[in-house]
Amino acid sequence: MIVPFDILILIFLVVAAVISLCVKDLLAATMVFGAYGFLICLLWATMGAVDVAFTEATVGAGVSTVLFVATILNTRRKSTD
Amino acid sequence: MNAKLSATFAVVFTGAVLLYAVSDFPDFGDPRSPANHGVSGGAPSASVYYIKNAYHDTSVPNLVTAILADYRGYDTLFETVVIFTAGMAIFAILRVLRRDDSGIPAAPDPAIDGDHHRIVVGVTCRIAVPLVQIFALYVVAHGHHSPGGGFQGGVMLGASFILIALSTSLRHALGRLSETSFIRLACLGILIYAGFAFLPLVVGRNFLDYGALRALFGTDGEEMARSHGIFVVEIGIALTVTSVMFAIFANLSSRGRLHGGL
Repeated sequence: MIVPFDILILIFLVVAAVISLCVKDLLAATMVFGAYGFLICLLWATMGAVDVAFTEATVGAGVSTVLFVATILNTRRKSTD
Repeated sequence: MNAKLSATFAVVFTGAVLLYAVSDFPDFGDPRSPANHGVSGGAPSASVYYIKNAYHDTSVPNLVTAILADYRGYDTLFETVVIFTAGMAIFAILRVLRRDDSGIPAAPDPAIDGDHHRIVVGVTCRIAVPLVQIFALYVVAHGHHSPGGGFQGGVMLGASFILIALSTSLRHALGRLSETSFIRLACLGILIYAGFAFLPLVVGRNFLDYGALRALFGTDGEEMARSHGIFVVEIGIALTVTSVMFAIFANLSSRGRLHGGL
């Protein structure tokens, strides 16, 4: 395992999580959340849990982003809180 | 502001308690931790037993697949049921069965979304969809030897139908996989898994004990029968996951009307 690579991913993870929580535009939040999914997928791949990484890439980053976008387009794009 | 303060306090308090509890956990990857104890047969822990014997017992090289679909078959069976239930819940909440067009987004304007504007997207997706589907089938069938299996392959297969719906129209995608067929496929997947799990009971063995089906598969040993059993079960999972993923997307994007939509 490459430790600096791990730390880099972890830093980006926290940044992506905070951004997707803070941003008012829900579509932007969804996109950052997709990036978060791919980052955590990378983290699992470096840990050797390839099956979990594969599931995260397909379900967490792929399909759930599409489902969020489909929901946002049918509701409102701006967050009110 | 007061609500935000109290919410922050609740979150910080819960986080502190959780962090405090972490200090009592066993070390990372400790084979003698309580979670790994309790397998019969004299092995020091369940993890060590699986690592040593999984290939010998099931002749499946991918340890994760062997554990998910064989040793912990109950867990995976009811995970599939959870996904099926989620799909049915979405259906029960969102699906509008009477025809009521008020308040839904109008069908895409043909002047803007005419064929000449989406020809690049359409052709690209038409090339991509068969590749995605073949790779998904490969992931389902090759879960024994490489990362993958029913869940991942099923999600990819469902995503290929979502891609059809996004690049052309929901109506076109429903022409390929209609509402009746995806509900039937979701039920069929569960039936394949549960029905196959019942088969060993016929010859007097335990539920989900695929090794008993040696005669059915015509294999030499029980190991290969377990390997084939895992494959049948993965097909059931993939069918359910594919149809539930597409059902959730179709209902969400069209507000349960299954026409119009994105």
